[in-house]
This record gives sequence, C-alpha cells and structure tokens, in this order.
Amino acid sequence: MSFGHTFRHGIHPEEHKEATVGLASERMPFVERYVLPLSQHAGAPSRPVVQVGERVTRGQQIAESVGFISTALHASVEGRVVAIAPRPHPSGKLVPAIEIAADPYSPQRLLAGVALDPFGLSHESFVGELQLAGLVGLGGAAFPTHVKYRVPEGKKIERLMVNGCECEPFLTSDHRLMLERTADVVRGAEIAAHHLGAREVVFGVEENKPDAIAALSALLSRPIAGRAAMRVMSLAVKYPQGAEKMLIRAVWGEEVPSGKLPLDLGIVVNNVATMAAIADWFDRRQPLIERLVTVAGPGVRRPANLLVPLGTTVRAVLEHCGGLDEATREVILGGPMMGTPLASLDVPIVKGTSGLLAFTDAEARLPAEYTCIKCGRCVEACPQFLNPSRLGRLARAGRFEEMVGYHATDCVECGSCSFACPSGIPIVQLIRVAKGALREQAAAAAAQPPANPEAKK
Amino acid sequence: MSGAADPRLVVHPAPFLHPQVSTPRIMGDVLIALAPALAAGLWFFGLSALLVVLAATAACVATEWALAGRAQLSDLSAVVTGILVGLILPPSLPLWMAALCGFVAIALGKVVWGGLGNNLFNPALVGRAFMQAAFPIALTTWVPPQGLLALYRGNLALPFLHAPADAVTAATPLGQMKFLAVATPLTDLFWGNVSGSIGETSAAAILLGGLYLLARRAFDWRLPAGMLGAAALLAEIIHQVHPEKYPGALFTLLSGGLLLGAVFMASDPVTSPVSPLGAWIFAAGAGVLVVLIRFWGGLPEGVMYAILLMNSASPLIDRALQPRRFGSRPVKEPR
Repeated sequence: MSFGHTFRHGIHPEEHKEATVGLASERMPFVERYVLPLSQHAGAPSRPVVQVGERVTRGQQIAESVGFISTALHASVEGRVVAIAPRPHPSGKLVPAIEIAADPYSPQRLLAGVALDPFGLSHESFVGELQLAGLVGLGGAAFPTHVKYRVPEGKKIERLMVNGCECEPFLTSDHRLMLERTADVVRGAEIAAHHLGAREVVFGVEENKPDAIAALSALLSRPIAGRAAMRVMSLAVKYPQGAEKMLIRAVWGEEVPSGKLPLDLGIVVNNVATMAAIADWFDRRQPLIERLVTVAGPGVRRPANLLVPLGTTVRAVLEHCGGLDEATREVILGGPMMGTPLASLDVPIVKGTSGLLAFTDAEARLPAEYTCIKCGRCVEACPQFLNPSRLGRLARAGRFEEMVGYHATDCVECGSCSFACPSGIPIVQLIRVAKGALREQAAAAAAQPPANPEAKK
Repeated sequence: MSGAADPRLVVHPAPFLHPQVSTPRIMGDVLIALAPALAAGLWFFGLSALLVVLAATAACVATEWALAGRAQLSDLSAVVTGILVGLILPPSLPLWMAALCGFVAIALGKVVWGGLGNNLFNPALVGRAFMQAAFPIALTTWVPPQGLLALYRGNLALPFLHAPADAVTAATPLGQMKFLAVATPLTDLFWGNVSGSIGETSAAAILLGGLYLLARRAFDWRLPAGMLGAAALLAEIIHQVHPEKYPGALFTLLSGGLLLGAVFMASDPVTSPVSPLGAWIFAAGAGVLVVLIRFWGGLPEGVMYAILLMNSASPLIDRALQPRRFGSRPVKEPR
C-alpha cells in the first residue's frame, strides 16, 4: 500500500506489465498494404487530397482537415494509392479509408524538410502546424491536439500536465517511450509550455515506472532560464489515474468541476507520446505516421513494444509477433479496461491505438451474473463519486431519465464499477447504453422543438 | 482484405478484466466466519444446537428452492440466512418452530420482495420477529448451557402441542440484569458459558468470525463498528449517570445478541445503506436503539428490533445521502 499522491476511489487491477516492460521498442517491418481511415480522431473526418493510382511518399499529406476540429492525415509508407473506399475500422463499422500498396523496392525514406524553430512561431501558426502534423492525443481518445492549444478568449493556461501514468494494465508503450525518448518528451513539453504560456509543467508518472521517473528527473533537475518550471511527480499506482480529471486531482488536489474541462482551471493535459510527436514534427518534420504499440496478452506468442506505421493491419502485426495462440478468443485495441473489442483482424492500427491485446478463453469468459447485493464496492471504486449500483438498476429498468438525476452524464466509462462488481453485473455497459439513449433523445428533442414549450422544463 | 468478422473472436464490451471477488465467494466467506459462533453453540448447547440450526437451514434452502428456483441456490445466500436463523433461536426451541422460522425468513423476508438484493429487511430477523410475535413463550424460554451432549426436551415438541417443559430453565444475562439486577461475570459473557440464543453467547467466537470478514474485506466494517461503538458509548454514558441501575459499555457489548447482530446482520449489505456516511448513520442508529430498548423498553433485548427499524430507514438514508459527485465541490479561485 502506497501513500503517494493519487485521486480518491479507483481500483487496483493486476498490472500484467512484466511481459513487455523490459522489451525495448522495435520497428515493425513494412508490409504490403496499409489502410488509413479518414477518421482516426475525434471530430470531422479528413478529406483526401490524393487520387486513386497516385504515388505517395512516406510522410506526404494524403488528407486534409475539414474544419477546425479535424486534422490532417499522412502516408505512413511510400507506395501507390489503390483505393479510397470504406474499410474495416476499429469502431466495428466500415469507414472511408485511403488504402496504399507499399512500394516493395522503396527505401522508405521520410519526406523530410528543414527543421522548424517552434519558438520563433506565432501562436496562430504553431496551432496550424500541429493541425498540419496530424497530431492527436496518443493516450487513446485521439482528440486533435491543436484544438487544446487554441485557448479561448478570456482563458489563460498556466499549467501543463504531461500524462505518463499509463494506468491501463498490460500497456507499457508510454513507459518505453519515456525511457527511450526522454529528451524528445521533454523537448515536446518545452515547446508546448512555451506556446501555452504555462509557467508550471508536471510530468505525472505512476511509481511502478521508477526508471522513467529517474530518467525524466535527470533531465529536469537543472532549471533552464526562460523555461517553465518542470518537475516529475511520482503517483501511487491506481486505475484510472490517467483520466485527465483524476490526474489533475492527484497532482494538484483540485477537482475539475462537473461539466467543465481542465481548460477551465487553466490546465492542459497531454500524453507523453503526444509530447514526443510534437518534437518529431518540429525537429524532424515527421508528421504522425507511426506510433508505439504494446502487443501483449496471453494469446500473443511473442509480446513486443512495436513502432508500427499507421494503417498496418492488426493481422500483420500479430503475424509479426508470432501469430495468435489457438486459444485466442478476444482481440482488443487499447487497454483491457477501456479498449475496443475487434471482430475482424483486418482493422488497421490507428492514431489512438496504444495497445493490441489478445486474450484466451480463460480471460474472455464472462463472470457469472448474480443479483446486486448493494455491497457498495462500485461506489467505492467510482472515481467520479457516482452510485453505479443505482445507475445500473435504473438502466436495467429502462428508467433513463431518472439516471440524469444521479449524474449518469458525469460517468467517464472507465469500467471500474464493472471490475469491482462481485455479482458480475456489466454496470458500465448498462450506463453506456443509457447514455447513448439519452443522447439520442436529446438530439431528437433538439431537432424537433416541442409543440408545447410548457410541457417540459 | 476481407474485413469479415473472424469466427474465432467474441466481442464483449470493455472492461475485459473481470472481478476477482464474486457474490458466492462473499457468501462463502460469511459461512466461514459463522463457523466459530456455530462451533461455540454446539459446544455449549450440544445436539440441540445442531438440530435447531439444521432444521432452520434445511427449511431455508427448501423454501428458496421451492419458491425461487434451484438456480437461485448457487449464490449461497439461503444457506447463510438458514444458519443465521438457527443461531438466533433458543437451543431448546421445538424443531418445527425452527423450520417454520426458516420458511418465514425466506418466504416473507426475501422471496416476496423479489429475491436477494430487493428485500427491505434482513430475512433472518424477519423470521425471528414473526416467531417472537407468534410464539412469545417458546422464543423466550432459555436453558442453561449443558455441553456437547445436551439434548433439550423442548426440541422434540410436535407442532401446536404443548411442549414438554425442560426441567431447568435459566434467564439470559440480559434478563438477569434487567429484572433481577444480577450482573453475569464478563469472562462468562466473553467465552459464552451463559444461556441465550445458540450463536449469540460466545463473544470470542463472534469476534473471531468478524475479524475473518474484516481480513477478507467481505463486509463494510463501518456497519458493525458503528453499531457497537454507538451502543457502547451510549450505555457507558448512561451507566456513568446511574451506575447501580444500568450496565456499562463492556457488559452491553458482550451480552445478548449485540455482537452477533452487529457483525452478521447489521452488516447485511442488501438491507443497509450503500454510501459510507449512510452506513455510519444506519449503524449508529441501530446501536442507539439497542440501548434504548434494553434500558427502557419492555424487553430485555433489543437488537432484532433495532436492526429491523434501521432496515426500514435504509432506503431513505440512501436517497438522502447520494455520493457527492466529483467536481461538485466549490472551486478555489484561479491562481
């Protein structure tokens, strides 16, 4: 039991990081085909700027932003565009994608430019550069990074939180990145802090990564004139500490008000991998075309931390890792608490993919379900201080409107309640379904103003 | 590039890691925790204790099977209720009454509410309260502990016939205190060598079970702690004012069914509030009621009614004390 900084509530799942934490990252070899969905980020899908049949270079932009909450997309490989058509997507749907056949004889050199001095840029052009680089939050949510850097009128950012928690079990890619690319992480944070005007930068890292904490501390120990105050904070190991509101609570003891953003407290939270990607763009002119992915789980024969070009299919990655074990029943993109289950192995690795996990029968079997005995374990697990037991009961009864009164919309869907429930009730899924139904109702109500405005408050 | 679903794969929603604790395991832990109290009951009240507990448990399991279906037995809650029913009955009780108590506990205490998780009152106490109202004499006829081979004649009475009276009866320590102003030595109360319900006499055995539940984190410790704490505190205050008339904290804690009720019945998650603050209020209320009933009520013991009364308040407490959602605290001024 640790008494380090942390948030209240949460859970302690087994970490399962030992299989990959010691594995240095390696480059995934280039394969024949790449599928780059136009929607790999939160917001409007990108618009293709290449034609079918066109040759593209590695690092060349192939799709552009549509509007502000959208971002660019680049070729992760040199080759030829063979299709712009719906392709399997991690969401389980077919989503428009640019498919590239790799040039087998290409040396796959990056379309490089001259390094750009980020400190000489105006704030506006810095935000534009981030959008041009196709940067999104690499922690999993894939929210376009530049949006966080366009600070609204009247708000002032004073603190930058660099998220190195990696609280999801099994995943070690951020850990490896902090070890192997420490200087780039810090460099990215310097650039980010400069343009945000932040005077305080904190790297939040859980204490199960002492080597990463030491590596970062070594680089930050000397204060540099003109640089924001930077420090590493070691945090107790707990899930979901990487959720930005929990992280802010853990580091500064402040609660982001319900319905508000970290921005409202003058804070921006970014993942460590996003920081390194910022450095990649300005120092090497490398846009977001590859990312570090932890490939692990009992169904993977050769676990690894792989630097995977975006668009590589899950099938190709798993083949590179020795193929799937016969007993594999579940393949997941992301972590085991909040990841996405896959029905097809033809889904590509996308910008938000932090992990690729394969689980066998033993893990995939659902727990037997019993009735809720109101033991309160979910209440003590919920980092948002909700009453999941009550929410689950209401959801199961279809009483969605009542759930609003119990703050269902504050749920961050971290899954701690389901994990804690001894009765095996899929609480977070019940809440997700209810939230979806409530959103649809709200959308329908907005589209069709009620005939009698008195009818509903 | 087919994109077709892979037939090997199943798709469940996240999370993909599952709970390490299951409801049957929690119930199993409660059963293990009940073992010392049951053993003490057998030690002091012999075969009679065994027969009463068996009759109650068999009736509970049979009732659950008949009314709720066989699948419902797998959560083990009927067995827990059955043993608890047995432990809160007098050792010389006619066996048919023990069985009837078990039937009422499950049928009226649980099944009519919609089964486990939906009942308002603790099922074992519902059964006990029913019996107390229906057969007040039998439920308050106490015998002295007679050791492992004890077999009280009262057990063998046939339904609705006059029970063959036991030659020797003995008031419980609470009865002696209330009506005769005789205090039982605390060591006897601690080890359990006194008359009373089968499972309530040995404080040592109940505490052992409670410690096990605590170590296994199988219950909310606030519930027993709050109930015992409130009862002890209130009793001690009153004792300080009227030392000759009212017993102090230790006697209050060790006598009667307070320990058994606090550790195994007030801690029933189904019938107690979910939130931590609610648990404190519920437990403190139960503890205060126990002392009020014991000191100024008509009965020598008040644990059963104290818990049942607080059970009825539990949904209200839960409704009033929803957890404070994250981010609802007033924010300090931006720096």
